[in-house]
Amino acid sequence: MTAALLTPDEIAAIRAQFPILTREINGHPLVYLDSAATAQKPTRVIEAEAAFYRQSNAAVNRGAHTLAGEATELYEDARATVASFLAVDPNEVVFTSHATEAINLVAYALGTASIGFGAGANAAAAPYAIGPGDEIVVTELEHHANLIPWQELAARTGATLRFIPVLDHGGLDLEAAATIIGERTRVLAISHVSNVTGAVTPLEVLVPLARAAGALIVLDACQAAPHLALHPRELDVDIAVFSGHKLYGPTGIGVLYGRAALLNSLPPFLYGGSMITTVTMERAEYLPSPQRFEPGTPRIAQAIGLAEAVRFVTEIGLDRIAATEHALTQRMLDGLARIPGIRVLGVDAPGPHVGLASIVVDDVHAHDAGQVLDEAGIAARVGHHCAQPLHRRFGVTASLRLSLAVHSSADEVDRALEAVASIRPFFGFDERGTA
Amino acid sequence: MSGLEQLYQQIIVDHYKHPHGRGLEAGEETSHQLNPVCGDEITLALRWDSAGQRVEAVAWEGAGCSISQASASLLAALAEESTGEGDPWTTDELTALIDEFREALRSRGTIPLDEERFSDAAALSGVSKYVARVKCAMLAWVAAEDLLQRRAV
Repeated sequence: MTAALLTPDEIAAIRAQFPILTREINGHPLVYLDSAATAQKPTRVIEAEAAFYRQSNAAVNRGAHTLAGEATELYEDARATVASFLAVDPNEVVFTSHATEAINLVAYALGTASIGFGAGANAAAAPYAIGPGDEIVVTELEHHANLIPWQELAARTGATLRFIPVLDHGGLDLEAAATIIGERTRVLAISHVSNVTGAVTPLEVLVPLARAAGALIVLDACQAAPHLALHPRELDVDIAVFSGHKLYGPTGIGVLYGRAALLNSLPPFLYGGSMITTVTMERAEYLPSPQRFEPGTPRIAQAIGLAEAVRFVTEIGLDRIAATEHALTQRMLDGLARIPGIRVLGVDAPGPHVGLASIVVDDVHAHDAGQVLDEAGIAARVGHHCAQPLHRRFGVTASLRLSLAVHSSADEVDRALEAVASIRPFFGFDERGTA
Repeated sequence: MSGLEQLYQQIIVDHYKHPHGRGLEAGEETSHQLNPVCGDEITLALRWDSAGQRVEAVAWEGAGCSISQASASLLAALAEESTGEGDPWTTDELTALIDEFREALRSRGTIPLDEERFSDAAALSGVSKYVARVKCAMLAWVAAEDLLQRRAV
């Protein structure tokens, strides 16, 4: 971490850009520690979306009037902004409704390739066909969006779904990974950052294994994109997805990055207008990426809002955001370690942790713990965070997650720690804890 | 009393720590209710008198937050009370009680639970102001309702 930390003044200036942070909850200034579920939006993002509707609204990629041209330009500019953020080409950036749709798109396209449907008239999709004897590999820490589409793909194709287990310390079993990823592996689908432990996945170990096996590498970067510079080519992955709303952008927009040659070989997912060249009553020819995967009227305002969010984080600098959040995460983890009767899930997983901690309070259910925080104006997520298998692995059904954002301050972390420390005493359990 | 203290009245915390009616018997008919949002779970049985006309006891097992578990315990305690007074619930009485409970919990704090009718379970009134927690409190009562409805068909 060489980048300079954001100064308290800079954080104050960033906070001033988030109108929701002026709210009071239960008589306390809101402390929003649920950005891993969805991030709050700076005024400029809200305004960018509204400005499109006020001034430039029109359908894109069709019609010849001035507004239609303007809307198309804004939409494609948004794509270029996201492409530049990822250091990839614009035709490698597909806008979807959310990251979940992006993963489903890939899984479904592979399924279509597997039943012998090619990309239009050519057979480019054939190499991506999978079937019995082939293996799809995920990890035990995946959230449901990067698990269930692969379960379904395995079920439809007869392929086998395998997973890299999580060790007791919360990190992945890399020795097992080396034996699981092999010549049968056709797809490796993994998270960049766990949405439960915050641990960064050791891609430098897993990606070369999958490359050697000739597998397609799919990276779910939802929890990484707001916190780390995300460069899929440097990471050497074939597909990377993230959601706009976790990156201070609007809801209803996700991003699918794919290598151009790959995207142009995969069969489409959704079919309809805006994705075709020639249509007869019998058949259709499909456009290359990104139009190939964007049928219908796309999410224009959302894409424009997302591009503004990308500019917002880029202007601050992902390296400075990463350094600042790293220090704040450490403050949070150190503070939690001092509170009796608290267990932080996966805190001992090796490597860096990014922006969040999920805790279990002895004797107190996460729902009840979260209620105590809410009373103090602190918004935190309770439940299984759409990662039931990982919670089962840790022997719990639910946890309470505190997740940071670019606007989080040391004062807010301290307020949260104080509230966490009050949970067990509130329910009449002694402060020593049983841990 | 703060909102939080109203929600977590001592009666609720006590029932969470020392639940009534826990323990199911192998083979008895149960209803399993799950709140997929948070993983709260209740499996509940109604124990009928020999004529099959009145509910003498409520038994259950489960895991989850204090509200969901205390609510099941309070329902069981309420059944114990009615039976102890020599007046166990008929199907209609229990159905009416469940309807009343639901109406109060969904009232966003405008309709308190009647202490005459609900005894200690009236402490759950505070839940109705916390929309996200209503489902937790309803879980055991929905399980009981499910069992009653199965008998009706």
